[in-house]
Amino acid sequence: MTTIKPLVGMSLAFAIASANAADLVINFDDPNPAPKAGFEAAVEAFKAANPDVNVIVNINDREAHKTAIRNFLSADAPDVTAWYPGNRMGPFVDAGQFEDISDLWASDTNLSTSFEAVKPTMTRDGKQWGVPYSYYQWGVYYRADLFAKYGISEPSNWDEMLGACDTLKENGVTPFTIGTKYLWTAAGVFDYLNLRTNGYDVHNGLTAGEIKYTDERIRNTFENWKVMLDRCSFVDNHATMSWQDALAPFAKGEAAMYVMGNFAVAGMKDAGLSEDQIDFFQFPEITPGVARAEEAPADAFFIPSKAKNKADARKFLSFIARPEIQAEWNKTLGQLPPNSKSEINSDDKFIRKGMQTVSTASGLAQFFDRDAPAEMAKAGMEGFQEFMIKPERMDAILKRLDKIQERVYK
Amino acid sequence: MQISVSSVAEQRRKRSFWQSQAVMPWLLLAPAMLFFLVYVIAPIFQSLLYSFYEWDGIGEATWIGWANYEELFDDDRFYVSLKNNIVWLVLYMLAVPAGLAVALFLNQTMLGMRFYKSMFFFPFVISQVVVGLIFTWFYNPNFGIVGEIWRFFGAEPPSILGDEDLVTYGIIAAGLWPQIAYCMILYLTGLNNVSADQIEAGRLDNAKGWKMLWYIVLPQLWPATFLAIVVTVIGALRSFDMIAIMTQGGPYGSSNVLSYFMYETALSEYGFRMGYGSSIAVILFLIMLVFIGYFLRVMYKNERGGR
Repeated sequence: MTTIKPLVGMSLAFAIASANAADLVINFDDPNPAPKAGFEAAVEAFKAANPDVNVIVNINDREAHKTAIRNFLSADAPDVTAWYPGNRMGPFVDAGQFEDISDLWASDTNLSTSFEAVKPTMTRDGKQWGVPYSYYQWGVYYRADLFAKYGISEPSNWDEMLGACDTLKENGVTPFTIGTKYLWTAAGVFDYLNLRTNGYDVHNGLTAGEIKYTDERIRNTFENWKVMLDRCSFVDNHATMSWQDALAPFAKGEAAMYVMGNFAVAGMKDAGLSEDQIDFFQFPEITPGVARAEEAPADAFFIPSKAKNKADARKFLSFIARPEIQAEWNKTLGQLPPNSKSEINSDDKFIRKGMQTVSTASGLAQFFDRDAPAEMAKAGMEGFQEFMIKPERMDAILKRLDKIQERVYK
Repeated sequence: MQISVSSVAEQRRKRSFWQSQAVMPWLLLAPAMLFFLVYVIAPIFQSLLYSFYEWDGIGEATWIGWANYEELFDDDRFYVSLKNNIVWLVLYMLAVPAGLAVALFLNQTMLGMRFYKSMFFFPFVISQVVVGLIFTWFYNPNFGIVGEIWRFFGAEPPSILGDEDLVTYGIIAAGLWPQIAYCMILYLTGLNNVSADQIEAGRLDNAKGWKMLWYIVLPQLWPATFLAIVVTVIGALRSFDMIAIMTQGGPYGSSNVLSYFMYETALSEYGFRMGYGSSIAVILFLIMLVFIGYFLRVMYKNERGGR
């Protein structure tokens, strides 16, 4: 009996406490150490600034979150939830399950002045739906020690890149590693080839369904990819590997380059590579004169329209947009703060180069599978994977994608 | 006394009502039937209904008639999945004779037989997910056993799970491992019931080897064979776990089967086309119905013949 009493007392006290303060329920989607630490630090700072708000945090696995969100938005909505901008927020915006926060974007001077670069991706139907807390650059990560050993310098255009591949192959090193089991990694390569061959507008036109896959321009992208497959071959067996599996040949020195997002750096270091062994360069120019656009997917927070405590939810979104909060959070994450007034961690060369890459880009793409609708993205990425294994099927693949495109965007 | 007698009579009457042939079976069946109705029958009709809608699971559902089916019959992925389902059905049947062979081999008395039996049964006990993972490693050309064997003979190891022509066979081979164990256990129990008299009589008539097996043992094993075929057909048609673990239907959809294709369309990250997924479910259901109908007919006949 004695053990039960204090428990009852505690739960009573808890019930009273939670009844007095306003609850703010936040669903977050990344239990990995760094993202979790960054998020929790931001929540602690928010609690300190708003002692009257009782913050309740649920942290779920990323894949589980993607499924669960469809249930909790209508059944048991939190007050704030993590989700992705671009086309990924489309279904929820269209179904009226996300709260329109254009008023916050207009009234909060920090939001309205420091987020110009990412504002378009948070916008749908002319309104803003969420607040981004982090984003990261994509590009080519490479083994600096191998490049030095074979006397290769960072390629700045397509010919230099192909030349670097030739040298690597002569020395028995596969130029690129990749793992396409989960498909999206192939989309990263395609996006870059397309952005460098045709530019930002063609990327948007394609993912918006305005340009056909059999279009001459997209064909050119695939022709360049064919050249890349031929001269800059990728590791064998990539269709059975995840992106983490594909780190193994990179770490062992069997492959020298990886088209990836900045989150891969942590994995490379975990695989035993030191800071000096890896480096980053922007995907080189292919068609001279095409303005350089970059992939820079963002992560954001949204307010479900069924949230109970929208006032505090708005307070939270506005809080995490602050420059100092975003700076601290992204320092922990090893990513870039979307707030242009935030300081970046200049000790990290990848962050420095990443900031330089995205801030000088002429346009920022989210990613093929966030810019294109889900069904098109899936079919497209399967097509990319098939092309990488059977490049001779290019025409059949492009025709199939046209057929699917016609249906998806009708 | 009076009172207690009448109450006993009352009780008896009550009992006879509750225990009567008419009520009691239904009462005992009720919970099972209720759950069967809610979780099996109702969803079948729900899927049928959804298959005529276009619905993303959260927004408005729009009636589109037969459009999902028209799209399905024009979808390459559907035919790839259907073909793979047939390959699964045919090759998975190998589990029945293989299970029989293992059971016959293990059906002898010697020291430690129980241990060997449990070792052979082991793959059925462990989760399909684990089996899938183990075989994924086997097949890895860089560090898997397949790569080692190929390299031993000086050949370049194939990427079994990365090759559109090999991948389905690779997954089926992995699936066969636990399925053979399942069939084996069915046959082992069946072999316990094979009558010694008939074997003896057959021996007197000079039957041995294959003839003994074919004319005397196998007919007595028919119930076990039937059960083995049923579970294998159903296992083949609902093959899902292995595919989800080993390839996710890849490379580029070439190892898809209908059940995984349905999941991918309706419930995976890039899916949420509930209507289209439901139409796949309906087709899969119709295919299963053919087999289930046949099995039920056989069982019904057996029941009647048995009496």
